[in-house]
Amino acid sequence: MKNDQGMSSIVKSAVLVVAIPATMFGLYVISHGHLTPGGGFPGGAIMASVVAMFLVAYGSKMKMGKNVFSVLESIGLVAFALLAFAGISQAFFRNVLANSGQLFGMPVPFGPNPGYLNTGGLIPLMNFAVGLEVFAALSLIIIMMYRSGEGKK
Amino acid sequence: MEKSRIVVILALFALLLVAATHVHEVGSPGTADMDDFYIHFGQEQTGSNNIVTAILFDYRGLDTLGEASVLFAAATGVFIVFRRLKEDEK
Amino acid sequence: MTGIEVIVVMILVATGFGAVMLKRNLIKIVMGISIIGSGVNLFLVSMGYVEGGTAPIFTSSPATSMVLATPQALTLTSIVINLAVTALMLSLAISIHRHYGSADSRKRRLYE
Repeated sequence: MKNDQGMSSIVKSAVLVVAIPATMFGLYVISHGHLTPGGGFPGGAIMASVVAMFLVAYGSKMKMGKNVFSVLESIGLVAFALLAFAGISQAFFRNVLANSGQLFGMPVPFGPNPGYLNTGGLIPLMNFAVGLEVFAALSLIIIMMYRSGEGKK
Repeated sequence: MEKSRIVVILALFALLLVAATHVHEVGSPGTADMDDFYIHFGQEQTGSNNIVTAILFDYRGLDTLGEASVLFAAATGVFIVFRRLKEDEK
Repeated sequence: MTGIEVIVVMILVATGFGAVMLKRNLIKIVMGISIIGSGVNLFLVSMGYVEGGTAPIFTSSPATSMVLATPQALTLTSIVINLAVTALMLSLAISIHRHYGSADSRKRRLYE
């Protein structure tokens, strides 16, 4: 695996074309977690599969920093724990922004309705934190397992 | 294949067959008071259309915090195992 | 045919358990543990089914009854934890292969 040339140039160009819509789809699944099925965990897995696609196509020429993903993962988990303390005056994990008229605070009409993105309270912010953390953790696992095969014939 | 392993596998299969007849019928789960509360009041209390996300991040958020910590610990463990391996080869 | 989900769960758990007890290669044992995890997830989701119900989401939903929502939340947590345990087990298998030269679980080279 030391001189892994990657795949042919057709695959390298096609990966560049596919990567941008795939990342946008992952961000869509994360941000609409309170309206459609999905949320933080599947959206983070979709964005980690784009990193795996780059590793397969480019081989050992891809120099991805381990430190960047470690910092992103730590930021995601600390942000999730801090958001849980946002409503500590009433209870732990209290949703203080729901039905209140602030950032994500529109009240939801009762029963089946077309989804409004402005609702949900703290839930979309928590989705972003968990999505960032899952993306960084899965990318770190894939990169470390790939790098362990280098230096051996 | 040793005799004792096949006996253990057959015993497990008999146990599964006995347990499968005691499970309630799929399609009518009896009384579900907690889920009736979540479906009736979840939309106006949390403000989200998705009841599963409201359960995961608002009513039972502590389990999600534990799950994120498990994923963090697994990534750190993989990092530690492969850093020691690379140092051993040099 | 009623109750076919329970039969499929039984087949999955028995196959995974048979792979753990009868195979020698380390990677196949890890695959058996992952199959047992998939069987348990299927069992959790199928225990919350209501006849003629739809998904518990209010965005443009038809006006019928809804299935139970709590087992689906528990299954999400179970899937992520199974993934983390499988990743750690696979990295330990790679480390064993690197040190002892073979991935056979019955070679007695650990005491040399």
